[in-house]
Amino acid sequence: MSSAPPISSSPLPAEPGHAHGGHNLTGMVIFLLSESIIFLAFFAGYAVLKISSPVWLPAGVEGLEVREPLINTVILVSSSFVAYFAERALRRQNLWGFRALWALTMAMGAYFVFGQAVEWAGLPFSLQSGIYGGSFYLLTGFHGLHVITGVLLMGLMLARSFRPGNYDGGDAGVTMVSLFWHFVDVIWIILFVLIYVWQRS
Amino acid sequence: MASSSGLSYDPRVLKAPHPVPGAPDNWKRFFSFNTDAKVIGIQYIVTSLFFLLVGGLLAMIMRGELITPPADLVDPSVYNGLYTMHGTVMLFLFLFPILNGFNNLLIPPMIGAPDMAFPRLNAVAFWLVPLFGVILMASFLIPGGPSGSGWWAYPPVSLQNPLGHFINGQFLWILAVALSGVSSIMGAVNFCTTILRMRAPGMTFFRMPIFCWTALAAQTIQLVGLPVLTGGALMLLFDLSFGTSFFRPEGGGDPMLYQHFFWFYSHPAVYVMVLPVFGIFSELFPVYARKPLFGYEVVAIASFGITFLSLIVWVHHMFYSGTPQWMRNLFMVTTMLIAVPTGIKVFAWIATLWRGRLRLTTPMLFCLGGLVNFIFAGITGIMLATVPVDIHVGNTYFVVGHFHYVIFNTITFGVFAGVYHWFPKFTGRMYYEGLGKLHFALTFIGSALNFLPMHWAGLMGMPRRVASYDPEFALANVLASLGAFLVGVATIPFILNMVSSWARGPKAPPNPWHAIGLEWLLPSPPPAENFEDDVPTVISGPYGYGLGRPLVENEAQYIARAQQA
Repeated sequence: MSSAPPISSSPLPAEPGHAHGGHNLTGMVIFLLSESIIFLAFFAGYAVLKISSPVWLPAGVEGLEVREPLINTVILVSSSFVAYFAERALRRQNLWGFRALWALTMAMGAYFVFGQAVEWAGLPFSLQSGIYGGSFYLLTGFHGLHVITGVLLMGLMLARSFRPGNYDGGDAGVTMVSLFWHFVDVIWIILFVLIYVWQRS
Repeated sequence: MASSSGLSYDPRVLKAPHPVPGAPDNWKRFFSFNTDAKVIGIQYIVTSLFFLLVGGLLAMIMRGELITPPADLVDPSVYNGLYTMHGTVMLFLFLFPILNGFNNLLIPPMIGAPDMAFPRLNAVAFWLVPLFGVILMASFLIPGGPSGSGWWAYPPVSLQNPLGHFINGQFLWILAVALSGVSSIMGAVNFCTTILRMRAPGMTFFRMPIFCWTALAAQTIQLVGLPVLTGGALMLLFDLSFGTSFFRPEGGGDPMLYQHFFWFYSHPAVYVMVLPVFGIFSELFPVYARKPLFGYEVVAIASFGITFLSLIVWVHHMFYSGTPQWMRNLFMVTTMLIAVPTGIKVFAWIATLWRGRLRLTTPMLFCLGGLVNFIFAGITGIMLATVPVDIHVGNTYFVVGHFHYVIFNTITFGVFAGVYHWFPKFTGRMYYEGLGKLHFALTFIGSALNFLPMHWAGLMGMPRRVASYDPEFALANVLASLGAFLVGVATIPFILNMVSSWARGPKAPPNPWHAIGLEWLLPSPPPAENFEDDVPTVISGPYGYGLGRPLVENEAQYIARAQQA
């Protein structure tokens, strides 16, 4: 947003008018703190339902296969480290290093979504299969939406990196997306423990 | 510098893409995607006052129904829709938006910021309000009518869908509440970032006006509580529309879980609304008593005491819902603890008024009325926090009387006080004092007549949310209905005053109340970017009435500039 042309004779501040940059990171941190609480609410609801219900697994369901999701988890969690190195490359002005590592992070995130889709397709229960099915698909689906959002945001940052002079004003956008990505990963670790590790009722 | 910046209208502002509120040629900006916080603030306030009339109309129909014992004016199922929509409209479309309007108007000038931290996010957050307002209103037009499960939307009642349509009243209700949540979170991120990052030089936290403290405390509640309601609403939506059974006992679900989700947010939501009103009280009492606010630091910190306690009291809404005894006792104690920080504030206000030179203007009258009503509401609140009393009067008209004393007689009084107090600042016009006092008198008498007898009916055992009742409650209900109609009539002088004053009221000086605060160092109305690139340096704390100390460096220069404009 541009604003009124300054007529003051005094030297202008760095960012006149509506372009109040520099607060984006603060806003993002506040948003993520708030967003983490919606997951906390789902986790608490999941735990309460699981502990209090006499019948947890729907008829004919044995439980979840852990091996494939574990591979998925390792890939997603390692992608956080790749994103960190991508950021570091950017700070060192290594633009192509950043792009390569950033694209690798995206690919790992996309593989996670793909692996989850494959898992969903092969499961013997559905969203309507009692509170077990409902909470499984709600939790993994809601998290999956965040992963997809993260990959799309990273795509946006990747595209922007080709704009000349994009990082002259700092790289807050990349920092924000990478923060979001770490958040999505941490949430997944808790989710994995709750859903895949804590299977016995 | 001083001479060139004295031009706050021309030529700079008239050339600006977003001119100042009150500029004569620019009413169209209120209907556009404008990113100026002062335009957005007025958009919020006018939109929410419109929905106050909508919600008030629903209340009038309900009180018309209840003036006689049998259900003769409207069908009982229609009545269910009326109280559901009345509650939802008043909370999500009147009070939340109007307080966000105050936040938009007041926070940037009070802390010396040019605008909010994220102006575009701000505009999106506002435009979601009319959007979900239309969605909610549309539920009157669809087959089956609006949701009739109350504003709590407890399952299993809220999961009934007798007509079997995918788009039903409850579906639209959840959609509207979810969008309201998105809008509120956007607002909360914006307000918190603005307060944390954009204060003027010298404006430390303990030099900040109490309104900013309470806004920060209230928005913190939004950030912590609202996601939980959103989670619960999402699960309710899945149960209603996609065949899950989170809250359906027949599918293994737990309806009590919803009640926890709902009240974890919706009890603190009361504090989201009342904290900014505490802020308004704390701003206005010093101005109209000509004394510094008593115990400023303690009042400021007490806001966060309320924030913290508000998050650990929600089960007091569920004392009669089969809650275990240990939980009842625990939450009874935490609920009563809330009386400590609120009591601190009440005593601070009374001590501020003590031996002050009171000026009984309309905003001061609304503040005093609101304070008296709040003390009464606090006493009935402590009664309700007590488990045995609550089990006796829970879900009776006693509760309805109590929370209307909070929501209307305290919060809405404070909102009216704020509207009158800052009207000259943001429209550049004075309101008519006589009409304002008439508005206050009618509202004060009407609301007492409306909500006091409800306590009596409730103690005698009249249940809430019923269209017909036993004739023994008739007198209390006739009184309540007459009071409600009086409150309805009171909006006529209010609307008349606001519209005519804004159109052709006398021009307002920069500081008509001789108040101390950064916003009063600006012209009325303030230019688009407040102090622009000449932000004052704050050198002392707020409310220095009678202390003779300047608030900012070169104060005389800012005052002179505001008067020239």
